[in-house]
Amino acid sequence: MKMRTTTSLISAVSAITLALSLSACGSSGPQDPAADSASPTMWALTGSSEKIFRSSVETWNEEHADDTINQEFFANDAYKTKVRTAVGAGEGPTFIYGWGGGVLKSYVDAGHVSDLDDFLAENPEVKDRYIPSVLENGVIDGKTYALPNNNMQPIVLYYNKEVFEKIGAEPPKTWDDLMALVPKFNDAGIAPFSLAGQSKWPNLMWLEYLVDRIGGPEVFRAILDGEENAWSDPAVIEALTKIQDLVDAGGFVNGFSSIAADAGADSALLYTDKAAMMLHGGWVYQNLKNDAPEFVESGEVGFTTFPSVEGGEGDPANIVGNPANMWSLSSTASDEQKESALNYLKDGLFSEEYTQAMIDSGAVPAVNGIEDQLAASDDKDFVQFVYGLAQDAPSFQLSWDQALSPAQGDAMLANLDQIFIGEITPEEFAENMNATLGK
Amino acid sequence: MKVRGARAEGPSAWMVVPALVFFVTFAVVPLLGVLFLSFTHWNGLGAITWAGLESWRTALTDSVTLNALIVTVKIMVYSLVVQVPISLLLGVFTAGNQRYRAVLAVLYFVPLLLSSAAVAIAFKALLDPNFGMGPGLHIPVLAQNWLGSADLVLFVVIFVIAWQFVPFHTLIYQGGVRQIPASFYEAAQIDGAGRIQQFFHITLPQLKYTIITSSTLMVLGSLAYFDLIFVLTAGGPGYATRLLPLHMYLTGFRANDMGAASALGVILVVIGLGLALVLQRLGGNSRSASQLEGA
Repeated sequence: MKMRTTTSLISAVSAITLALSLSACGSSGPQDPAADSASPTMWALTGSSEKIFRSSVETWNEEHADDTINQEFFANDAYKTKVRTAVGAGEGPTFIYGWGGGVLKSYVDAGHVSDLDDFLAENPEVKDRYIPSVLENGVIDGKTYALPNNNMQPIVLYYNKEVFEKIGAEPPKTWDDLMALVPKFNDAGIAPFSLAGQSKWPNLMWLEYLVDRIGGPEVFRAILDGEENAWSDPAVIEALTKIQDLVDAGGFVNGFSSIAADAGADSALLYTDKAAMMLHGGWVYQNLKNDAPEFVESGEVGFTTFPSVEGGEGDPANIVGNPANMWSLSSTASDEQKESALNYLKDGLFSEEYTQAMIDSGAVPAVNGIEDQLAASDDKDFVQFVYGLAQDAPSFQLSWDQALSPAQGDAMLANLDQIFIGEITPEEFAENMNATLGK
Repeated sequence: MKVRGARAEGPSAWMVVPALVFFVTFAVVPLLGVLFLSFTHWNGLGAITWAGLESWRTALTDSVTLNALIVTVKIMVYSLVVQVPISLLLGVFTAGNQRYRAVLAVLYFVPLLLSSAAVAIAFKALLDPNFGMGPGLHIPVLAQNWLGSADLVLFVVIFVIAWQFVPFHTLIYQGGVRQIPASFYEAAQIDGAGRIQQFFHITLPQLKYTIITSSTLMVLGSLAYFDLIFVLTAGGPGYATRLLPLHMYLTGFRANDMGAASALGVILVVIGLGLALVLQRLGGNSRSASQLEGA
């Protein structure tokens, strides 16, 4: 009897253990709290600006032995999860890398980031350094919580000049031009557009621009404000319909929904002449300089604005993308860490070398008064183009997945993915998304 | 009924204590935490507020959850159907003693040594429709939209899972087959049984409990597939491979809805527990008794 109970106890325990070992997955261990150390910590992203962040902090540490910064780098998607968990646990880095928008607001609401108003009031030269519309992105409820740390990243239309010459075509100025190019490239055996559909967010760039060109920035403003049925706006439906038309016409490279952006496979299609065009962020130019220098140096890479849509209400000069990435300071950092961090924001960030290194990498820093440096750059065509875009744009809309709340952003990317592969209709998309308004 | 005071055979019940302590600390306590969180609102950053049954309603009425459940069951069933016969046959084969089998066995077990993330990244690169093995080897039929087509992707996932986990189950079967006394086969040979007959009348019945153990691990493992699918498809395209654990993760850490994610976690535990108990039942109460009695 006793034996029976013991065995059944053990077997019950082992069954529960088996089942529970499932629930244990996905929980990451706690971070080393650096709070006891006096030096600030900085988490940044690998990729286009990594070199600049790295050399900036190395130089800073050499020159400021008392104020050294500990720097760590993470891949984009992994970082977004990690930093949020760490910040939520009060163990985030002193310097929090971010995008502004809805995520920054959630940090502010929970009191995890410091407000920089006093610092900016004492150091007006820091504030004056930035282009106001970009700086605005770090302002929540009238207070500044984040400062831009790199380049302006509008979404632009890249194209391969050589394949355009081959079929004797011009880059599209209007949506009709764009649709007319699709069969021409397909006949020549070249994919009209490269797209990293598996990563989902590259799909979003198409929706952002089409909605803006068709209905203007007000359409997304209404969605952001959570107005009832805002996703059913005719401009959204028309934009989604146009996307599906383009997919059906064979506008995107074969198997686009299997392609991931993180390995640069989408850019590779462009510079290996397999695809003619690609709608992508300003950071791609920097990556191209690294991955395919001969493609950039030979001047084969072309870039232009997103085409206008006939009868659309949006100003074709509007842009979408990331005004810049930003540094926020953790409110849980020690006073010494904060002091060192503010010193860096004042003297290290966008020092002369920093700005120059950024321009040399093919990027346009989000700061004022760099016209001469841009004109002297090897990449002056591109950097002046981007600077002009940002300066002249009546509206510079932050990428929607960053501007919206995370719950809405996640649903939007999954539903848009289904639009691209033709699983749902634009009306179903609007219905699914209306259900997320206010979440 | 045993006489009171007589020592029951087998280890003392006290030996379960250390395991029980760990179990309570690392399984029961977090589970209660998750149960509590499932009745709250929490975005991972701010204050935790009481929400009653709302997170449960969100999790249960969401069509994505139902879809995730269906995907999970599909992956579980297909994994069993694919992996059991392959690993059983490979296990029987590698249990032999000839030297070349040892070499082959080493090759079979290589995938077991690789981490899921590495396996997923490697397959993602191989299956790329433009730069993967199809165009690389000039075999157009391999250049399908493997990971981007809602119809194909599930089978690709099941294939990769099988590729990774068949070696492990083969190892279990190999061990099971080697436990079967050679005298059984000798007796069968004397009676004139062929190889096929020996397999169906000796090997398979003797492996009953090995099959149950291996299937339990497969079924519960498929409730936990996460890393491989997260890296390989991220649940896409659309929601085509978003199975329950992945849905839980994305709800919690991408959409930042810890309440609904906790509810999903509790659902997963309940399903896992139910399946584990059912499979144990299938094994019968006598599973600790030797099959080899009289051998």
